[in-house]
Formats: sequence, structure tokens, C-alpha cells
Amino acid sequence: MRSYVPQYRMATPRNLADALERMAREPGAWRPFAGGTDLMVLLEAGKLPHRQFLSIWKLPELRGIEVTPTHVTLGALTTYSEVRRLEVLAREFPLLCRAAAETGSIATQNRGTLGGNIANASPAADSPPALLVYDAELELVSTRGARWAAFHGFWTGYKKLEMRDDELIRRIRLPRNKSGWTQFYRKVGTRRAQAISKVCLAGAALRESGNIADVRIALGSVAPIVLRAVATEQVLREGKQLTPAVVRAAERALAHEIAPIDDIRSTARYRLGVAQNLLLEFCEVLAN
Amino acid sequence: MPEAPRKIRVQCVINGKAASLEVYPMARLLDVLREQAGMTGTKEGCGEGECGACSIEMDGVLVNSCLVPALQAEGTVIRTIEGIADAGQLSAVQQAFLVHGGAQCGICTPGMILAAVSLLSRNAQPTESEIREALSGNLCRCTGYTKIFESVVEACRQQGLGK
Repeated sequence: MRSYVPQYRMATPRNLADALERMAREPGAWRPFAGGTDLMVLLEAGKLPHRQFLSIWKLPELRGIEVTPTHVTLGALTTYSEVRRLEVLAREFPLLCRAAAETGSIATQNRGTLGGNIANASPAADSPPALLVYDAELELVSTRGARWAAFHGFWTGYKKLEMRDDELIRRIRLPRNKSGWTQFYRKVGTRRAQAISKVCLAGAALRESGNIADVRIALGSVAPIVLRAVATEQVLREGKQLTPAVVRAAERALAHEIAPIDDIRSTARYRLGVAQNLLLEFCEVLAN
Repeated sequence: MPEAPRKIRVQCVINGKAASLEVYPMARLLDVLREQAGMTGTKEGCGEGECGACSIEMDGVLVNSCLVPALQAEGTVIRTIEGIADAGQLSAVQQAFLVHGGAQCGICTPGMILAAVSLLSRNAQPTESEIREALSGNLCRCTGYTKIFESVVEACRQQGLGK
């Protein structure tokens, strides 16, 4: 049933400092609200327990893109539509563009943000597998200052974040060191547009004289969080060559480290099978 | 304790006219447009951002108005289906929907037209796959989509002819 809208408060901070001061003064009382593509759905379903929000959508300090020789840094409010338009991302971080293009519809992409995708912490989110593969880092700001944290490990459990109540995600930083890597992204959903994933796999690998020198694999919708498949990566890294035995060992490692469940979108059994098939497809791409 | 909820005043431009609306901050822009601004052309389908029936343009970009809290409309320029025809003259997209049977029951039509108009405003010569993608967030349970797609293709052609 729909929520009773008059029960909800929303304020617009004057600037980032004002937002952080409010969050520091009453820790946990105010939650950030960006494009609303997740939170308004909960509101509509009567499942938005928190009642006070700060509209951060217009804060310029959380927008913009910076390109340095070592990093591409995106404001947390960068929308999926913006991600799709940025040439430097298309060139060097194609999996992120792919994820953005596969997130919801164009109307959703115009309002949904990378920071929101991270803060909402859905295990079925589309951009986090790409962000994990690219070793993304997050800048967290509060009145106490700013700190950078690796995105890998930032989600510790279902909707649990390594983040204090007074902190905001300000920027997302991608090291520019994957351009020579072979990259792969595939989202499997009920239909091509507008579907939430049943399984999603992003992968990237560096090949040196036929060997797997380094590899990253991340999956959505197969665990309480979007997961870096570190054990599977290790099997491929140590196996070096993609022999049938190594690929089979990687499949077994993957089955061991993911924890898919039955839910409204799919079944654990189907998800396990598809996750392994996506891994196989990634290995085939690497072998060619 | 949170303060008692109260309405706020939001100023925006709706279809070229300045509007000043008293709203609860998290009221859905969809409801505000329909019930306070009288723009009942914007429809509600799913209410959760899946169907696109409530599509409007806000500051020049397509959004689902069911997912926009009223407070965030402050200072924005909004265009709904009522603002698509120009002084009683149907737009190329509307005309094409009429001619090619792009509308049946009509619930999805305002959103479809907004999605198509929004596409043509940023890309005057879209490919077929770009048209399909632009319409993919709008669900229709009558037409089977083919006539809608053909309507948009025709609107592109008409626009290309300088109409």
C-alpha cells in the first residue's frame, strides 16, 4: 500500500557543507536523496521506513568529471545518461557504459546516479560489477574530512555499507590502468530493456604472451552483495592458460563462492547455471 | 523528533507558464501535475518507474514523473503532453500517431509521445534501433508496438522533410 506522503520530510541543503553539517548534527536523522529512482519506488510501495531526506540532487559539489593521467573521477551524481555520453568512459571503461545502457529505461538513466546505485546497495545493481572490475574507489566526505575507500569491501552484507551516518559519497574514482585488458559484460534478465538482472557478470583480464597475467570478475544477483569472485580469479591467474581443466576449476570455484537464492526473478539453480555459463563465455572471449 | 509535516511552495514552469504550487515535499510530481496543475494528460500506469505512462520532460530530459518528489521540481521547466502541440497545431509525432494508428486505449500514448519527442529533440535522425531503445521504457498493452514504432519512424521522415 502507498505511503502517506505528508509523513515524509525533505529539505534542500544550500550546499555540500550545509548538507554535511545537518548530517553531523543529527547523525542518521537525514538520509541523502538523489534521483529517486529507487527510493520513490519504495515510497510508492509503502516500504520507505525512513522519513527525513536531504535532496542532494542539485549539489554541484557532487557532479562533474575530472580526467587526470592516472584517474577518471566522476561526481557521485553522475547519471547513467551522462556515463553513456562520456567518451573517455566509452574508450577506457566500456563496461561501465554498457552497465549504464542496461539500467532501466532512458527516463531512469536520466535520473539514476552512480552514487545512488552504490548507496542503495542492491545486489542486482548493474553498475557495481563494472565498478568492481575497474578497482573503483569512493570518496566519502563528512564534516570530519574526506577519505578514499576501495569499493571492493565497501559493501559488507545485504544493504550494509562501510560508511558512517554522517558521510556522503562524493566521488567515484577509476584508475586508468585497464585499457589493454580484454573486457566482458553481460546482463541476463527477463527482457532486454527495463529488466532487473537475474545474473550479471563483468570481467576483465590482462593477457601477456597468451597467459592470463591478471583478471577481475564480478557478479550481480548471485549473493547478498555484488560480488568480486576472488577465488575464481585466483584459479584463472594461477592456471595462466585457459585449458579445459583450468576453466572447469574456475567454474567449480565460482559455484563455491556465489550464493544465489530463489526469489521473484529467478531460482538459485538457474542463477548458478547462468553464472557458470557467463564465466565460460568470458573465458571463450579471452581465448580468442 | 521530526517536525510536523508541512507543505512547501514550489515554483516551476509548466508548459510555458509559471506555476506556484503548495505541495508536500515528497508528493509525487505526477499527482501534483494531475491534481494541482490540471495536467491530467499525464497518466499513471505502474507508479514504480517501469511503464513510462507518466513520462514528462523536466529541464529538457525525459523523466518518470511518478519517481520525482515535488520538491525537486523547484526551479525546473516542465513539459507535459499538453505542451507538445504548438498553438493547436499537432506536432509531427502526434500527427503521425493519428495517421498510423499509434494510439488505441490511449493510456500509454502521452508517455510514448513524450519519449518520441524527447528522442527527436536530441537526435533528429535516429536509427531504427535508437527508436526502439527510446521507446523501450514505455509499455503498451494494446498495439503490439508495431504501429507506435511506425508512427515514430514516420514522424522522423516528416521532420526530415522540414515539416
